[in-house]
Amino acid sequence: MRTNDVMLQTATKVVTFIILMFAVHIFFAGHYTPGGGFVGGLLTASAIVLLMLAFDIETVKKIIPFNYVMMTAIGLLLALATAGASIFFNVPFFTHAYDYFYLPLFGKTSLHSAALFDLGVYLVVVGVTMTIIQTIGEDE
Amino acid sequence: MVTTVINVFIILLIGTGVLFSAVTALGLVRLPDVYTRTHAASKSATLGVLCVLAGVFLHFWFKEDHFNPQLIIAIAFLFITSPVSGHLIGRASYVAGIKLAEETVRDDLKGVLGPEAKTDEKK
Repeated sequence: MRTNDVMLQTATKVVTFIILMFAVHIFFAGHYTPGGGFVGGLLTASAIVLLMLAFDIETVKKIIPFNYVMMTAIGLLLALATAGASIFFNVPFFTHAYDYFYLPLFGKTSLHSAALFDLGVYLVVVGVTMTIIQTIGEDE
Repeated sequence: MVTTVINVFIILLIGTGVLFSAVTALGLVRLPDVYTRTHAASKSATLGVLCVLAGVFLHFWFKEDHFNPQLIIAIAFLFITSPVSGHLIGRASYVAGIKLAEETVRDDLKGVLGPEAKTDEKK
């Protein structure tokens, strides 16, 4: 029986954006407060899973046309590149660097190369979680 | 003076929240069937948690001088999602054919949604 789930779909349309914005906040807040790439990735994946629950898996694939296996690979490459870049500056493997920059909108900002590593973690977590859930969900 | 007013307000908010959470737990134990229980769980639990969060928000804002927008987001989020989850649990249990309480006098969804409904619109 195909039930009418307009309640769930309408609530999902609002709530998904709150979860995604909160995931971005958690990701960027990870350096000074609790949070980081892992939790942010899980939150993003949970927003996509909520979309999959409210609509169906084909619709979500049309809305978000990412190849999650490629996303995992890009995340791993990014983490490895961040760690390996330190070799070219004659410092030990995995040495991070930071400096203060004057960005046009933000003013004086501290940019740290650990954020790039965290972005790699984020991409891997989203990719792996969504690969697992899509693979199980499509199993007939 | 202002501190006293804020303190009283925070205590009132958190006290209301705890009271409503206790009422929720009592309702879950005492009410007869799953529909009245979701009614208790989705309404008074939402209000209870919202009151506690608002109290915590005011405490950190006025006492610790720290404006925390995550708590406002949490209040909005719970206010949207908690009634929807209550609705979905009630709907799923009606579709699964769970009996209503014996005191029920009226069932508007009978023949529309439950397992005995006509399924001629099934395509």
